[in-house]
Amino acid sequence: MNLVLDIAWTHVRARVRQTGFAIAGVATGVGFSIMMASLMQGSQDDFTRRLVNTLPNITVSDERRAPPPQPAERLYAAAEIRGLTPEARRPGIKNPLATMAALEAWLPGRIAPSVKVQAIIRYANHDVATSVTGIDPGREALVSDLPKQMRGATLTALYRATNAIVVGDRLAEKIGARIGANITLQTSVGARLSAQVVGFFHSGVRQIDEGSAYVLTKTGQILAQQTGLINELRVRLADPLASRDIAARIENDTGYKSVSWQEANEDLISTFIIRNIIMYTVVGAILLVASFGTYNIISTITHEKTRDIAIMKSLGLPEITVRSIFVVEALMIGIAGALAGFAFGYVLCLGLGSIRITNPFIDSDRLPLVYAPLHYALAGAVALASSVIAGYQPARKAARQHPVEIIRGAT
Amino acid sequence: MSSALIEARKVTRILPGIVPTTLVHDIDLTIGARDFVAITGPSGSGKSSLLYLLGLLDLPTEGEVTINGRATAHMQEEERALTRLTFIGFVFQFHFLLPEFTVRDNVMLPMRALGRLSAREMIERADALLGSLGLGDHRLKRPDQLSGGQRQRVAVARALANEPPVILADEPTGSLDSKASAQVFDVLHALVEEQGKTVVAVTHDMGLAERMRRHVELLDGRLVADDQHAGA
Repeated sequence: MNLVLDIAWTHVRARVRQTGFAIAGVATGVGFSIMMASLMQGSQDDFTRRLVNTLPNITVSDERRAPPPQPAERLYAAAEIRGLTPEARRPGIKNPLATMAALEAWLPGRIAPSVKVQAIIRYANHDVATSVTGIDPGREALVSDLPKQMRGATLTALYRATNAIVVGDRLAEKIGARIGANITLQTSVGARLSAQVVGFFHSGVRQIDEGSAYVLTKTGQILAQQTGLINELRVRLADPLASRDIAARIENDTGYKSVSWQEANEDLISTFIIRNIIMYTVVGAILLVASFGTYNIISTITHEKTRDIAIMKSLGLPEITVRSIFVVEALMIGIAGALAGFAFGYVLCLGLGSIRITNPFIDSDRLPLVYAPLHYALAGAVALASSVIAGYQPARKAARQHPVEIIRGAT
Repeated sequence: MSSALIEARKVTRILPGIVPTTLVHDIDLTIGARDFVAITGPSGSGKSSLLYLLGLLDLPTEGEVTINGRATAHMQEEERALTRLTFIGFVFQFHFLLPEFTVRDNVMLPMRALGRLSAREMIERADALLGSLGLGDHRLKRPDQLSGGQRQRVAVARALANEPPVILADEPTGSLDSKASAQVFDVLHALVEEQGKTVVAVTHDMGLAERMRRHVELLDGRLVADDQHAGA
């Protein structure tokens, strides 16, 4: 065995209890770091997955980001116009079929047209503001998971009755509606319609399940009081993570406001960033505390081994070799701690994953956990790095000791 | 006196501090091949300090130490370490063996640090050295299983591991009883007579000093006598 490794191993092995505690400290840090990362990443992925699956990846609406410029503004750079109401536009996307065809020519995904109307649902003395979307059930599977999220009926049930409606299960629960119930829909433009509940859906996103309903496109156009209206194109992409760039291109091509799922949920995504910062800070603090144990044992060993260091230096071992011995000892503790921590973290995750929970905010009765090699690699790397840093300072101090002073002291 | 292996020219060592302490002052000393030198003097006269300066464990404040004709003042720490590893073997008053290692491993330590021999060659050499010092049966024991004299002989074996031409010994018999002292002295004597090594030993024991070929005496950090005599 290499001399440095041999001496380092002998030192570490000779202090089983101290070394064991140092390893346990690192292992605890690594284990809990893995568990925390697994839980945080799991909950984040679970939520993101539901968002991506439930909602279209991109929604193209008939709105524009800014009102169109006035003719004077086009002509003069310094024009200032006051008290002017922006030009009123007829609602809806112009030539929706042609627009869809143009987008489908390059878009890596599928598109479905729809009509979105804000309405009040009235039933049994309940008035609930709802977002009603008029859809084509045949195309809906191309852009959302709504067909899979149906409860009690399939989406084709929308064809079974005149003015049929599918409502979120939480909304139905809130107003007390069951399948077959006749509810009233009233819109801000004065339309009033009686509709029959033909099914429920459950997306897992509370906001959607409590405030959304689906009807046929034709019914949606009746509610909007505009025949042939299509005011929304919904897009699902092969790669949902490309949504932001593609949404920008759609907006550039069509002029209509095009919102990716990331933009629509920017608040949540920025919350995830803050959450991750908090998580990594806590994980870093855990590993830092663990590294104190490593520092402690390496300091103790170097203190106890002062005479050995002096004699090794007097025999002709260079400083770098002496320093390496103690850094390698720290590394050994770090490696052993990291390996034990991997096992501990895995067991913690298994334990956490086996706990049954009931939480109104999540559908599953188990905590969402992710078993990612990256978490293990990161926790292990931080543990090793902090162990080496913790060991380096006492090792450097030990290696720089003057052998004559120690030998004189010893004799 | 033969050709110089170690030479001290006008060497002075002053310990810095509020009141600087002069350990050795203006020493001129030449150590040649096959020299068997005793350095004597009262406590605090600078014997060990001179030995450490000759062995490159310490650096002179003034003057220069040359090893085999090479100036050492501007050597880097690594180069001084390599010189100690190959050219000088140290024996101290206490054995300073690594307690967790076997006797053989302790002897192999300088060889492993130098890295010029294979593992098999190192084992063979360590065993041969231990055998020549009467410790062949103890090679797999740990230092705490040996007597004081045996440990000191292991320290001598370790000093000889890389076949250095010079052995510097700081009170090598200082912590031993008379019987063990005689054994260690005989080993050092044999190194000079049979192997042609150079041995420089600091000692308080005037009886031992008288048996060595050359006797250097220090007083208050100054060299006051450098006598050649018939020796043992």
